Amino acid sequence: MNGIQDTTATAPMAAQTPPPVSDFDPFSMDFFRNPFPVHEYLRNLGPLIYLSAYDVYAVARYQEVHRVLHDWETFCSSRGVGLSDFAKEKPWRAPSLVLEKDPPEHDRARQVLSKILSPVTMKKLRESFQAAAERKVDELLARRSIDGITDLAEAFPMSVFPDAIGVPSEGREHLLPYAGLAFNAFGPSNELRNEAIAKASPHIAYVTEQCQKHNLSPTGFGAQIHAAVDTGQITAEEAPLLVRSLLTAGIDTTVNGIGAAIYALARFDDQWDALKAEPQLARAAFEEAIRFESPVQTFFRTTTRDVEIGGHVVPEGSKVLMFLGAANRDPRHWSEPDTYDIRRSASGHVGFGSGVHMCVGQLVARLEGELILGALARKVSRIRITGEPVRAFNNTLRGLKSLPLEIE
Amino acid sequence: MDIVFLSPDGSERRVVAREGMSIMAAATSNGIGGIVGECGGNAMCATCHIYVDDDRLPPLSPEEDELLEGTADERTEKSRLGCQIALTAEMDGLRVLLPEHQI
Ligand code: HEM
Ligand code: FES
Repeated sequence: MNGIQDTTATAPMAAQTPPPVSDFDPFSMDFFRNPFPVHEYLRNLGPLIYLSAYDVYAVARYQEVHRVLHDWETFCSSRGVGLSDFAKEKPWRAPSLVLEKDPPEHDRARQVLSKILSPVTMKKLRESFQAAAERKVDELLARRSIDGITDLAEAFPMSVFPDAIGVPSEGREHLLPYAGLAFNAFGPSNELRNEAIAKASPHIAYVTEQCQKHNLSPTGFGAQIHAAVDTGQITAEEAPLLVRSLLTAGIDTTVNGIGAAIYALARFDDQWDALKAEPQLARAAFEEAIRFESPVQTFFRTTTRDVEIGGHVVPEGSKVLMFLGAANRDPRHWSEPDTYDIRRSASGHVGFGSGVHMCVGQLVARLEGELILGALARKVSRIRITGEPVRAFNNTLRGLKSLPLEIE
Repeated sequence: MDIVFLSPDGSERRVVAREGMSIMAAATSNGIGGIVGECGGNAMCATCHIYVDDDRLPPLSPEEDELLEGTADERTEKSRLGCQIALTAEMDGLRVLLPEHQI
């Protein structure tokens, strides 16, 4: 036996070493308050970590997060993208036809959504979204003292997105609590999740009802999803579930994305000045805020086979937690990752995921972000934080509940 | 290997790229502002639109064809998505024309 064969023979042995273990809780309030030092700690522990608190594996470096996102055959979504393993536990609601499915089943439903949320659709929506963004900023300028979250980051998407889907105006106050519930439910059975589930029934009843064809305006995204039943792409039973995907994933996420951008621009004067000087950087300022804050912090996958990551074996049937927020600030991939820089190319960040499940609504999110930040840049001369920002807590989403601002 | 990016204003920039890289990645990693690549090469955004007239390119896939309908600037028979073209050694010296707008 020669030396080369000897080396290969020892490779599987090396793969038997267990990964570094951490007992920290990635779903605790302390962590949510300031996740960045822990992200750094986890990245430095190694390419793969074992989290003993939940008996799960985790990846926090860009390269491994990217790899897991792109290998859907090994790291599947159909056993749930939260902590709960659908092969062992009954999901709290019927699984999503896109988020919680694998190809090829996933692709059929996804194609319906990606066609509706295409660049061509964005060209058509742009004018009305722009007018709404300008109205909103004018209205807030007249008030001067505002809450950057409730009056702006929430109010703007709420003024355009439900109309774009075509849901009736009554009852829209259920939308954010429903989304909060869905994103809390990806986490463990902690207080956040349990409390959300305890209060869930009116929100679930509302959303289930809005997904029905007769409740949706004839021109919105919802009606277009139902129209895909007529062409045979999806069944009549599937259509309401796809509308549900948009109602779940399309609002709270953009609220936190826009909130992240406003919070960053309010804190970093040089970046606000750069945006004022070149309002056409609005879209890049939004994108960079998604990288910088990662409004969607985490998702899980489940392994379909034994697989090696960073020299360690992850057994079949394991949950793997991807820290998107940690990957988006990994110094192994980004230069000056902790700096919010609207002039950098944020291309390749995983704030919208990557691969087959990459956010199907990313163009809507960017359109909203670009237009509201562009309107602010053109109309507002100064933004000042006037009180203590209050954090919102959720098992998946990162953002603020309140951000007192003065704008002039 | 080299690729040349031509701006609509007529200026030219030659960059060094690696085989296997996409044209989009070659541009964004070299600070070519005329290509945005918002979706990171996942064929979902059409902000890596380029014009190339060169028969060394691979054929258009159905997904690329469909997404090209959504480009910000006019689609012509030379339109391609930079993220869908992986560079090969034979493409050395490729000349890529940038559109005026990507959004
Ligand atoms: C800033 C705003 C947003 C962020 C940060 C965000 C983030 C994400 C992420 C990280 C994923 C990947 C999930 C995975 O890999 O398991 C995803 C998927 C998804 N997003 Fe978004 N999203 C945003 C806005 C939207 C909007 C506006 C919509 C609807 C119009 C939407 C609908 C969806 C859907 C349906 C999926 C599942 C796609 C699939 O599994 O194929 N999202 N999003
Ligand atoms: S980078 Fe998005 S389509 Fe090419």
